[in-house]
Amino acid sequence: MLGDCRNYRVGLRNQLPIPLQPANSDRLLGKVRHAHYAFPMTMPMTPLAVTAYTATSALGHGLAAQLDALAHGRSGLRLNDFSSADLACWIGRVDGVEDAAVPAALADWDCRNNRLAWLGLQQDGFVEKVRVARTRYGANRIALLLGTSTASIGTTEEAYRRLDADGGFADDMLRPAVHAPHSLGAFTAAALELTGPCLTVSTACSSSAKVFASAERLIRLGVVDAAVVGGVDTLCDSVLFGFNALELVSAAPCRPFDAERDGISIGEAAGFALLERMEVAPDAPRLVGYGEASDAHHMSTPHPEGLGAELALKDALSRAALDASRVDYINLHGTASRKNDEVEAALVNRSFPATTRASSTKGYTGHTLGAAGIVEAVVALLAIEHGVVPGNLGGDSPDPDCGESFAWRSEQRRIDVALSNSFGFGGNNACLAFARAGFTA
Amino acid sequence: MSKLRVWVEGIGLWSPHLVDFGALRQVLAGDVPAPPPKRPAATTLSPNERRRAPEGVLLAVEVAGQAVSMSARDPSILSCVFSSSHGDQPITDYMCATLAQAPAELSPIRFHNSVHNAPVGYWTIATGCHAPSTAVAAQRASFGAGLLEAVSQVLTGQRPVLLVCSDTAGSGPLGEVTHCSESFAVALVLAPVAGPSSVATLDLQVLAGDTDDPLPEPLAQWRRGNPSATSLALLALLNQGSGRCHLAASTGLELQVDVVRIDKELAE
Repeated sequence: MLGDCRNYRVGLRNQLPIPLQPANSDRLLGKVRHAHYAFPMTMPMTPLAVTAYTATSALGHGLAAQLDALAHGRSGLRLNDFSSADLACWIGRVDGVEDAAVPAALADWDCRNNRLAWLGLQQDGFVEKVRVARTRYGANRIALLLGTSTASIGTTEEAYRRLDADGGFADDMLRPAVHAPHSLGAFTAAALELTGPCLTVSTACSSSAKVFASAERLIRLGVVDAAVVGGVDTLCDSVLFGFNALELVSAAPCRPFDAERDGISIGEAAGFALLERMEVAPDAPRLVGYGEASDAHHMSTPHPEGLGAELALKDALSRAALDASRVDYINLHGTASRKNDEVEAALVNRSFPATTRASSTKGYTGHTLGAAGIVEAVVALLAIEHGVVPGNLGGDSPDPDCGESFAWRSEQRRIDVALSNSFGFGGNNACLAFARAGFTA
Repeated sequence: MSKLRVWVEGIGLWSPHLVDFGALRQVLAGDVPAPPPKRPAATTLSPNERRRAPEGVLLAVEVAGQAVSMSARDPSILSCVFSSSHGDQPITDYMCATLAQAPAELSPIRFHNSVHNAPVGYWTIATGCHAPSTAVAAQRASFGAGLLEAVSQVLTGQRPVLLVCSDTAGSGPLGEVTHCSESFAVALVLAPVAGPSSVATLDLQVLAGDTDDPLPEPLAQWRRGNPSATSLALLALLNQGSGRCHLAASTGLELQVDVVRIDKELAE
């Protein structure tokens, strides 16, 4: 269906916003409200090379640990041993964060989130690859765009747990930059010695997917030549007790797309990628598309028919000039909440043939919230590089709503095109599309 | 890199001293405008949502509504970039205080209102907007960095974008370290081409630098009291008609913005 768009889009290039035809919206979106889709036509983008990437999660530090667990169906979840008060749930905790000190010169930035950021940056030679890019382009020609939902709120929580006798922050907590959402971005800019545009995206669980979109725009406009993107979220009381208050946390390890699923397991993670123009790395995997859209439905419940998720998917496929049938693997948002998985399974069923393999990897890492976008972008890139479709861990009794696309066990197969879905509170949806170097639609 | 040009079609503004952009123009003309009501009206929200919405949402929705109304654009198709240095500080203060004392009693609604994208979430729900929406932060550079994100969306997507930058006043022990003495919010509707609602062009360049443009009082004092009020350098120029200002985009990087108001450009 999107192939059609491609054919007539060519003639419309360079024209100003073209409304989607109502008939088209109707067919693509089902019988939900469709009076408002006068969006500009999405133009195909020039792909970008992903010249480096890394992730650190409950599965371990770096790519090899992620790949090994994904290929062998090994979960990183454990019983909650983190929250400041008892809470019966499972979590995806990263080992070694407590010992991962930030560089001495950046001691003012010390907090769990920035420690995890620094630990994550050390993996897979990522810091060295950024150093090479810095030499090539100049420090102010590389954007730094990071997603987070928690930032270092865990440190602000700690400050409130041990206020001074006068009711103010203790002396060691009087570090204003740590008590702000941009803590992660500003720390990482200092740690990587980057002086280009620097922005923290915080749209809950889609945060570190949307940074790829921001990066593509800045590179396309020539504001920068490259971008470091990624995200870091860490366990803290805010998210553990907050999601618990919403009755969205399972007492057991999360079971995405399982008939008996009863909530999420919260995790923490760090992930990063370096994006450059294709010419400098013709053999690197590529970011070929991205899509973003809003549900306009509810702050903490997805649109019942997945409207925003579907718009984001269509937007990503249009930008990649791809028909859905060319997608080999899609890493689903798949949180194991009743509603998300129901809506997302229906979207997969109506959008993709059985040859498109689909799975959630939240059963391995937990839901890493603001870091989920980059962690699962990394899963998509690993799928392309290593020909691995991770099995949908936790789905031992598959929800009958899930169609033929669902990969319940890990599979080995060639993956040329992989998508990653990320949906957040506030009805904030993003979809990323990656492809093997040399792949043409 | 060539200059980045966008057209301003709408301007929204709210602080405890300024009910809208017109009030700022009065201040700059030497008048004393009537102070706004204690809470922003935020009439874009339904009465129910307005009652429930936290202060950070009311603030952002108020200025967004003003700017979109001035632009005469349909809000349901505007891409949204909502920026804030600190998010909703009264909610963060509530969350941290509750977690320190009785974590199991945390309010689920205040938790979902605590996400940085709560204002843009409420806005898209209120306006039926399915366009892309984002929420960003960059400390004192939140307005400049948000403007760069918005402009990049305008120019690459060839579509109008709503930019909001807002910060509530500090609250509780957290207020001691954020140094936000009062709330401030600004909004702009930005478009890729001239249209019937265009009021000014902005030509932006991204340059190394850390220029602190001088501002007259009381604007300089307001700017010190809230990160979102760094936008006053640009707002003063939009009042004046033309000129150049500088907005921090990150540490050591700034946007140099050349403003030309449309009526003045036509007159020349």
